[in-house]
Amino acid sequence: MHPTASQTDIVEPVTIDASSGRVENGIHLEVGDPEIFERDDPTRELVFDLERVQILYSGVAAVTDVNLDIASREVTAFIGPSGCGKTTVLRSLNRMHDTTPGAVVEGKILYHGEDLYGPKVDAAEVRRRIGMVFQKPNPFPKSIYDNVAYGPKINGRKRGDLDDLVEQALTRAALWDEVKDKLKRSALALSGGQQQRLCIARAIAVEPDVILMDEPCSALDPIATARIEDLMIELKREFTIVIVTHNMQQASRVADRTAFFTAELNESGKRMGLLVEYDTTNKIFTQPSDPRTEGYITGRFG
Amino acid sequence: MATIAPERPRSRKLSEGPKPPGRERDRVFRWFTFLAALLVLLILALIFVSTVNQSWDWFSTRGLRAVFSSRWNQKVYPRGTANAGQPIPGSGFGAWALIFGTLYTSFVAILLAVPLSVGIALFTTDVGPRWLRNPVGYVVDLLAVVPSVVFGLWGVFVLATPIRNVYQSVADFFAGVPVLDKIFTGNPLLGTSVMTAGLILAIMITPIITSLTREVLATVPIAQKEGALALGATRWEMIRGAIFPHSRSGIVASVMIGLGRAMGETIAVALVIGAAVRVSPALFSPNNTLAAIIAQNFGEAQGIQRSALIGLGVVLFVITLLVNVMARAVLNRGERRLAAGK
Repeated sequence: MHPTASQTDIVEPVTIDASSGRVENGIHLEVGDPEIFERDDPTRELVFDLERVQILYSGVAAVTDVNLDIASREVTAFIGPSGCGKTTVLRSLNRMHDTTPGAVVEGKILYHGEDLYGPKVDAAEVRRRIGMVFQKPNPFPKSIYDNVAYGPKINGRKRGDLDDLVEQALTRAALWDEVKDKLKRSALALSGGQQQRLCIARAIAVEPDVILMDEPCSALDPIATARIEDLMIELKREFTIVIVTHNMQQASRVADRTAFFTAELNESGKRMGLLVEYDTTNKIFTQPSDPRTEGYITGRFG
Repeated sequence: MATIAPERPRSRKLSEGPKPPGRERDRVFRWFTFLAALLVLLILALIFVSTVNQSWDWFSTRGLRAVFSSRWNQKVYPRGTANAGQPIPGSGFGAWALIFGTLYTSFVAILLAVPLSVGIALFTTDVGPRWLRNPVGYVVDLLAVVPSVVFGLWGVFVLATPIRNVYQSVADFFAGVPVLDKIFTGNPLLGTSVMTAGLILAIMITPIITSLTREVLATVPIAQKEGALALGATRWEMIRGAIFPHSRSGIVASVMIGLGRAMGETIAVALVIGAAVRVSPALFSPNNTLAAIIAQNFGEAQGIQRSALIGLGVVLFVITLLVNVMARAVLNRGERRLAAGK
């Protein structure tokens, strides 16, 4: 599953842009050459394919009619106002809703062409391939080492390989240099930004295919946020990343594609999330085709 | 909207003028909590002082060696005789066998009750089907209100006779196996024994350990559980990886409270333990505990015997304290080690 030459070519300009230019305003952002970027590549390898997805909590639809596909080794961002269902959709991608009483996922979610919710699919197996990083850093109250080793251990990795694996995961999460001398210390003693990178390291250590990130920087200061964003662009080489964010600049900086969700009142007066527009990040932020998207990204909500 | 703005007290200095109206009540409340806390310490101290005082004869006249000998043969001259209350030659008042019996029965009870309690607690918080969680919790809580004498009577009249056959077959099974044949045996093999006492105690402390453990488990943040699940953990792996590390100290504290109850339980144990003072690992033989022997004998006790029985209460008090301090120390050491990264 290494990226083909053509995919690398498409991906490259974004990498350069996002790491070099931190643009204050998402609208006036320059995202490489739009000619190259906007071309919808038919060779894009799909990881997820969502068809008419609707998610209900206790019989009430929280988000409805979501159609989108997510390609391998891209960063896909979900943006939109609170209550628009972006996190709900994200959590459906690794079956986190299985543990929420009353949550039902309708429609079809294909993962590499296979029904994610198929009768023979084990949710734990799904999550071993599709990892998740949460809004609030949630390291276990264990040592740094044990946090990273937890995933590999439950996946049956032998004790002998663990040291290398932990070092590797922490290095890839850009945390190794800061913690290499205190691996046996409690993870809770780390700063918020370090904890979040530890959680990313913990997710990486399982060698997943996809990493889902649910507002991973919302509890962090701008410096810690910048580090995590750099990390995402780095990790894109090996992993497919889907990120939910409230921060439009963040989406414009890191994402190849962006999905804009919004919440609207339906016929019965209930607020319901829906996917308004899904396109390349450049298109969403420079020439959105839906007035609702334009209203949101320019700050005129609704 | 025309609202009348309240007059702002900006004109006078902070240190002048009336204090906030709640300040006085605040002081009263503080004193009340202070006194309540003090009262507990005071009562505890008074109990300790008066029991030590009443058992001083036993502690002082025989010395520590006698106190901790394993010989308990509480014969004293009866009332109305010349030396009423004085020990008959050949009698002994050593607490060691009773300390042993107390720790042994409590250990058996904890061994049986802890996995069961943690299992029930997990069932009611994380594992069981949602509609069944609360009913199971209620039923277990209900067990806690059954008076201990009921368990004791049930143990001696209902359980003791048929369970003897079970003990017999277990003893037969282990016969000849080194070490284990000393434990899973009885001499005499009876239904009223360490094992039966342990069973009854386990039933009695399971509700309290379950209830406390459930409260502890309920404090595990959802973020922790989801963190484990998102790494592909199965339910059991999630429990081991996220729930236990987070609630370990709370569960140990719950177990300690259960252990305290088991060591101090009196009437139920007095009924089913068979009242034989001995230091013996035999599970299926009668034994006795500090609390039970007090209940069995205190009614007619006099003189040095009475003093010794009260002294056993002091010993139990100190042992319970020691066990709790030790458990705390073990926990703290683990936490410090993690913090220091050793």
